[in-house]
Amino acid sequence: MVNGSTYLRRELLIRLVRAFDAGDLRREIDRIPVKLRPKDADASRCCVYHDRAVIKYRLMALLGVSAEEETDEAKTLSEYLDEILNGGSRAEESGEAFERRVAPLSVCGPACSGCPDARVVSTSNCRGCFARPCVYSCPKNAIAVTGGRSAIDSSKCIKCGKCISACPYNAIVKTTVPCEEACPVNAIRKNERGVAEIDFAKCIFCGKCFMACPFGAVMERSQIVGVLSAMKRGEKLVAMIAPAADRQFPGTMEQLMAACVAAGFADVVEVALGAEKTTAHETAEFLERMEGEEKKFMTTSCCPAYVNLIGKHLKELVEHVSLTPSPMVYAHEMVREADPAAKTVFIGPCIAKRSEARRKGIDFVLSFEELGAILAGRKIDVMACAPHPVPRPAAATARNFARSCGVTEAVLAEATKKIPGFQLAAKQIDGIDRKTPAMLKLYAAGKLPANFLEVMACKGGCVNGPCSLA
Amino acid sequence: MEKIKVEICCGTACYLLGAEKLMNIEDMLPEECRGKVEIEARTCLDLCERENLGGAPYVRFNGSEIMDRATPERVISRILELVEGIG
Repeated sequence: MVNGSTYLRRELLIRLVRAFDAGDLRREIDRIPVKLRPKDADASRCCVYHDRAVIKYRLMALLGVSAEEETDEAKTLSEYLDEILNGGSRAEESGEAFERRVAPLSVCGPACSGCPDARVVSTSNCRGCFARPCVYSCPKNAIAVTGGRSAIDSSKCIKCGKCISACPYNAIVKTTVPCEEACPVNAIRKNERGVAEIDFAKCIFCGKCFMACPFGAVMERSQIVGVLSAMKRGEKLVAMIAPAADRQFPGTMEQLMAACVAAGFADVVEVALGAEKTTAHETAEFLERMEGEEKKFMTTSCCPAYVNLIGKHLKELVEHVSLTPSPMVYAHEMVREADPAAKTVFIGPCIAKRSEARRKGIDFVLSFEELGAILAGRKIDVMACAPHPVPRPAAATARNFARSCGVTEAVLAEATKKIPGFQLAAKQIDGIDRKTPAMLKLYAAGKLPANFLEVMACKGGCVNGPCSLA
Repeated sequence: MEKIKVEICCGTACYLLGAEKLMNIEDMLPEECRGKVEIEARTCLDLCERENLGGAPYVRFNGSEIMDRATPERVISRILELVEGIG
């Protein structure tokens, strides 16, 4: 979905690729903020200078540097670029500072509007009516009418919203803090200065705040410059296209694969081939786990935001998580088996995949947006590409991993092959929200009415991931 | 009467910047207009390079008139004007 903030992000990405390819990025990058907002242009924020400051942080994120890492505010984008291109001082370490530095999300302070705390307020639409349904509907006696208008006592209000639906004049509204409301684990909060801040010890990188913020203040830390430079150095990069790519671009999966090769990848594989292996192993694991009389269940492991949720917040579920590697990991192993020198680039719609990729040794992760920017910068139209010759397309059940219920259906189909008439008691959580952790706790305590639990952090599955295009 | 020609740029840049929503414009047109308009999805028209990237997505009417920052609502409204012979 294109809106003002996705538009800017994509425009910047395309400009970055074009400048990189023109061999001009070092000179150009500090000029982009000014070019996009010249002094007499209309500003999106208070003035063009504020716009430029925000664009600078966005470009930093595209270079892979988070706003949180900034130590010298005067440091220019070209200085950051030099550091990155020269390998810089990015030695492997560990600990809290390191976790923050490798976190795939970042908040751009100057972009954050510091939304006022969520509350229910009566507006000037109130007519001070006689029936006063708001007063009568309030379970906490928090509403009084004074001076011909209703007023809500925020110390008593529990934000239940009953008055909102009771008012025939639509006079009562609820204000929200979109990032806080979207976060399933309370990991994003305003700090003492009123600016949103992510607690990386809690964050599961689901990307819900990234999608929710109307100011585009939550940014994704990109690896695109790393990919472009490796390509330029002539390294063998193999693109691994996630099954969610289906219908993200105009054209077919095979045409998209051809577009990747045209864009400079040495080779390209479908991650769905890895999903075939995940299906086989996960089914075998499931059947093995279910042996015996004891009441047990297994839950899926291919959604990295869900795996992060369990790892950071729901230790009681750890033993139920499938140990089968994700399709991305299998695809990576297949590529490395064929050529141990190949560098792998996972291309998908997911932010959390970046944290999984780092743990599992995948070299780079690009989003569909970033791949799109490379294709746009290099003037490659997917529709105009002749289909890439593939030995065989991946199985339909494997390509379907990107949709909610896809894993369940694949495991059921595989199990039925082994055990005719096999019955699977499956339950799906299609998209996680603030209520999900509590529900999962109940499931862990034995309240799951099933033995197979599929959880996808994004509603509808990966196809609706935070970095999806369509 | 000659048909009104509408070319929608589906080059990757335009696609990323919003042309995706223009793909099914034909279905959004009023029934009586459909026969009078010829809508074509084109590969990159090169306008993002020649004009300005920040103007994408681009749509071209009758081979010469260019609309930048095209949205389904604006394209449809322009088609209706052209059908009625305004402007």
